[in-house]
Amino acid sequence: MIKRGLHIVFLFLIVSCTNETVEQLIYEPTPAPLNIPLLFEQNILAPIIPFNNPQTVEGIALGKKLFFDPILSANNTQACADCHAPENAFSDANRFSEGIDGILGHRNSMPLFNLAWNYDEKFFWDGRVFSLEHQAFEPVTNPVEMKNTWAVVEQKLQASSHYPKLFNEAFGTSTIDSTLVTKAIAQFERTLISANSKFDKYLLGEGVLTAQELNGFNVFMDETKGDCFHCHGNANNPLWTDNVFHNNGLDAVITDLGLGKVTGDPADNGKFKSPSLRNLAFTAPYMHDGRFTTLEEVINHYSEGLQNSPTIDPLMKKVSQGGVHLTEDEKTDLKAFLLALSDETFISNPAFLNQ
Amino acid sequence: MAVSFFMITLMACQSNDQAIKSEATISFNFSHNWDGTIVTNTDFNNIQYTNVNGDILSIERLRYLISKITFYKSNGEEIVLDGYNLVDVTNGTQLSFSSNALVPTGNYSNVSFLFGFDNEDNISGAYPDLNSASWNVPEMLGGGYHFMQLEGKFINDQSEEIGYAYHAIRAVDNSNPDNLIFQDTFIEVHLGSVMISNDTSFNVEMNVAEWFKNPNTWDLNVLYNSLMPNFNAQVMMYENGQNAFSLESVTP
Repeated sequence: MIKRGLHIVFLFLIVSCTNETVEQLIYEPTPAPLNIPLLFEQNILAPIIPFNNPQTVEGIALGKKLFFDPILSANNTQACADCHAPENAFSDANRFSEGIDGILGHRNSMPLFNLAWNYDEKFFWDGRVFSLEHQAFEPVTNPVEMKNTWAVVEQKLQASSHYPKLFNEAFGTSTIDSTLVTKAIAQFERTLISANSKFDKYLLGEGVLTAQELNGFNVFMDETKGDCFHCHGNANNPLWTDNVFHNNGLDAVITDLGLGKVTGDPADNGKFKSPSLRNLAFTAPYMHDGRFTTLEEVINHYSEGLQNSPTIDPLMKKVSQGGVHLTEDEKTDLKAFLLALSDETFISNPAFLNQ
Repeated sequence: MAVSFFMITLMACQSNDQAIKSEATISFNFSHNWDGTIVTNTDFNNIQYTNVNGDILSIERLRYLISKITFYKSNGEEIVLDGYNLVDVTNGTQLSFSSNALVPTGNYSNVSFLFGFDNEDNISGAYPDLNSASWNVPEMLGGGYHFMQLEGKFINDQSEEIGYAYHAIRAVDNSNPDNLIFQDTFIEVHLGSVMISNDTSFNVEMNVAEWFKNPNTWDLNVLYNSLMPNFNAQVMMYENGQNAFSLESVTP
């Protein structure tokens, strides 16, 4: 109750300063708490929702509209969804995404789901941005992505026939600024929750796995075989990532410093965030630079393809032998298990589609 | 002059508090060393430590769990503080732990904590914060949680730089998956007697070198990874860990 009262007063003060109408003053968006999946509720900590950007019906709807609208780009040709496509679990099927001038980036577009459970709030493959709201600032002005300026974005949105009204409904002001744009997008992105895979149903007692998938799960959890669980979670951590940064032995010579470029610490060179293993059926290609086009290539990398380097993670075993040397059956089983973490309902959820 | 007045006021308040204190807050602070040389996360990632076996090694990651802080009265009464703490040296977080519960002031014949979880608390999936930290142990090894993750690199007998993962869990013989055989490897750390008259901090040291030292001289060339399913390695960790912790000081 106290928080709500303060919120109303805050709105009143802002509107008083900007000389807007009384109708705008009293507008309050409708709360829309995240629909937390049962497995998440039972097993892991609550999602991160900034106190100054609560989820609302109007904020989420606005964020969705902005996410799919090319108005954010300099030449009105590119939306967030162009590189974060719903059918690819909000990633890009291309290895590198193309910006408005046809220039390619140098990393694979990260899939977007379960972002509110990134507890450290470090975003991008190299963790260079803190908070989902701040993440949304970057692509708009990135010269090889949307190549815009926020001043132009704000002007275009303000001049549109419908956005001022939508911002007023979402935030109680029709004066549009970049902070509100990113807040709205972040609200929409937090609704992108994926927790309805075959393996989720198995854990909930609502489905069964094949013997091959169960064998694959054992390979995943066996420290003497796949040993995937230390970085990619387990049945009690349904995120299937630790959201931590590791050098997973991709290169003997590190050219993309990853986290090392962000922290300036050579010990972080070549470290990238562990991606979630959910929705791998839709998120190829794989790794931070999209170098692997198939899951077989990924598994072969950990089995036989590890490259040693000074910052390689200690959890990368048998590096001098190239990896853990899974049998062909173990590889096939592991792939079957990994695909059981994909969530068809996530990529077809109408709430997440541009409709 | 203002500073002096402030100090006098503080002292007066403290004096009043001390006079009426019947219960105290308790905190535990954890610091780390390698045979007396301070270890913090700023010392990580450099191959600079030599264990008793002569292996030269680095620390890249160190997290461990402590639980069941217990105060013992001479009359046999025990006060167990709820909660546990995942000390994360890597990130420099949770190096201190304060219980929500208050402890009655008075004399205690012993204070202890557990390294890891005892079997009563070592319940698979029971703790959302530990699940979120991917601290779980696979069910094929009995489930529950890790007690410690100590990782880094060492120089092996072939002069190669090799990763090691010294992960402590409850020892399990899983040679027959249908009949897992366990041995308890949580460690009771006894800190000795203490008089609690006010809010109190226990400053506890872990000597990381002890994990490689006594009574088992740890040869990283032999035991460097896949140690979780290694029953004998887990028992050796338990034995070596007996002297890893010590009470540096108690500060009221």
